[in-house]
Amino acid sequence: MHAGPIAYVILALFTIGSLFPLVWTAIAASRDNNRLAQTPPPFWFGGNLLDNLDVAWNDANLGEAFFNTTIVAGTSAVTVVFLSTIAGFAFAKLKFRGRGAMMLIVIGTMMVPPQLSVIPLYMMVAKLEWTDQLQAVILPSLVSAFGVFFMRQYLIQALPDEIIEAARVDGASSWRVVWHVVFPAARPAMAVLGMLMFVQTWNDFLWPFLVLSQTGNPTVQVAVAGLGRGYTPDQSLIMAGALLGTLPLLLVFAIFGKQIVGGIMQGAVKG
Amino acid sequence: MATHDTAAPPTKEGGAAPGRPPADPTGAERRRARLSRRWQRDMRWSPYAFVSPFFLLFLAFGLFPLIYTGWASLHQVEMTAPTDMEWVGLRNYTRIFDDDFFWNAAKNTLTIGIISTVPQLLMAMGLAHILNYKLRGSTFYRVMMLAPYATSIAAASLVFVLLFGRDYGMINWALDFVGIDPVDWQSDKWPSQFAVSTIVIWRWTGYNALIYLAAMQAIPQDLYESAALDGASRWKQFLHVTLPSLRPTILFTVVVSTIGATQVFGEPLLFDANKGASGGSEHQFQTLGLYLYEQGWVNQHLGRASAIAWTMFLILIVVGIVNYVISRRLRASS
Repeated sequence: MHAGPIAYVILALFTIGSLFPLVWTAIAASRDNNRLAQTPPPFWFGGNLLDNLDVAWNDANLGEAFFNTTIVAGTSAVTVVFLSTIAGFAFAKLKFRGRGAMMLIVIGTMMVPPQLSVIPLYMMVAKLEWTDQLQAVILPSLVSAFGVFFMRQYLIQALPDEIIEAARVDGASSWRVVWHVVFPAARPAMAVLGMLMFVQTWNDFLWPFLVLSQTGNPTVQVAVAGLGRGYTPDQSLIMAGALLGTLPLLLVFAIFGKQIVGGIMQGAVKG
Repeated sequence: MATHDTAAPPTKEGGAAPGRPPADPTGAERRRARLSRRWQRDMRWSPYAFVSPFFLLFLAFGLFPLIYTGWASLHQVEMTAPTDMEWVGLRNYTRIFDDDFFWNAAKNTLTIGIISTVPQLLMAMGLAHILNYKLRGSTFYRVMMLAPYATSIAAASLVFVLLFGRDYGMINWALDFVGIDPVDWQSDKWPSQFAVSTIVIWRWTGYNALIYLAAMQAIPQDLYESAALDGASRWKQFLHVTLPSLRPTILFTVVVSTIGATQVFGEPLLFDANKGASGGSEHQFQTLGLYLYEQGWVNQHLGRASAIAWTMFLILIVVGIVNYVISRRLRASS
């Protein structure tokens, strides 16, 4: 069915609604604090963008924050993709005792929010004196039941049993099958899962907020939140920080948006 | 993680027929038997090796902390000395159940959950329906709908604080423009909860629309064709073909959104102009997540915070059971 004009109008409204807060973040970041304390609010860009970005970058420790977040999100994404692919392969294509029960546990863990576990984790981190250290954020982020589920769903339909059989007949061990058959076949899904995990870890808020501090070893979210909760009365600076913290991901979306959309939709079917 | 191949390939004839005792064990035969044993070991244990890293990490950072939270909730534990635990039985629970702010937070979590989830999923459904038409530039719209999902809670909350500003905010300006008095989006209970919910709605509507869209595209086209032959209008087709087929997906998104709603934390934390953890000066938009943080990290009572966490866990279990019962009913009725 083709869409009528009303459909396009609604879509346009939703697109504006989606983008407006982002665009307005940039507009506010390009103004100064006085202008933001006037009615009507600004609707177009001012001339203060670069100055504000510069001050926010330094005040919020954003340089270090970017470096840290890239390490955290990168390590987490690569590890989760690797572990999820081998586990997903086992669940999709190998037969072993307890497979059904274990898969149920994986699905069950998707339903338990990580927020409920933060107190013992915090006690562990305090005991190990890991506050303000990146491993405190990285380690818990390596568990992703969603990743295992996602790779399993993909491999069930993308990896024909015959190819595995053929590799077996040629005498390949299970690890060889993983390296030479599973990884090549799973590559598109691995890329998508990696991006989803990167976005998710980049945006993680509660746990990094609890164990890292703005002055210690912040991630971008901790630094941006610190800017908002600090005593900077200058709203345009806060908006500049928010803009800087969001830009890298918007860039990722501008380049890989289509793949990410496809990945979310793929993971959803039979969800 | 480079792992060397421990299992050697079997010889082609011997590998498939294990356990055949060699009548005359020559060197080659013995070698073959050894390879075959290795092969069997590989087939038998490799699956466990593949799933074990996930389960080990889950044990360490998921299950153990969850259970230990229950244990800690029965103790008095202070932030200043997290390793000193004094057994107090259920006192943490009676303390929080006696605290009006706990019930306030529970109510706020419920109302913010409803205000954010219901419109979100309804809009997502409508949006998915439109995206399911043949559209020019459909990929463009899908990516645009997902832009809020790429925006972090921190950045989104901070910009909405300004947009919802009482004196200079864009939203009050627009309301004024159409002749409505300015609203105090911070201090008044319902407006503040609406504002916090707006942040959640903004971030997740597009994501849920894509989930629905994926499910809609999996509906066989001939169902629509036969419905059209029966003279069903588009609206009737939506009601009688689309919605029933989407039932499992709707249930899935409801469950996920419900779980998400019980966890709302960053939005009310950053929306608070007083920059505290009380969810507004009158706790008017304090959620359970925020209450947990306030008890644990501001008041430094980790034991009591654990009791809150376990109460939330029990609520989720109840939600899970209710959901299971409903989905069974639905399945039985269809």
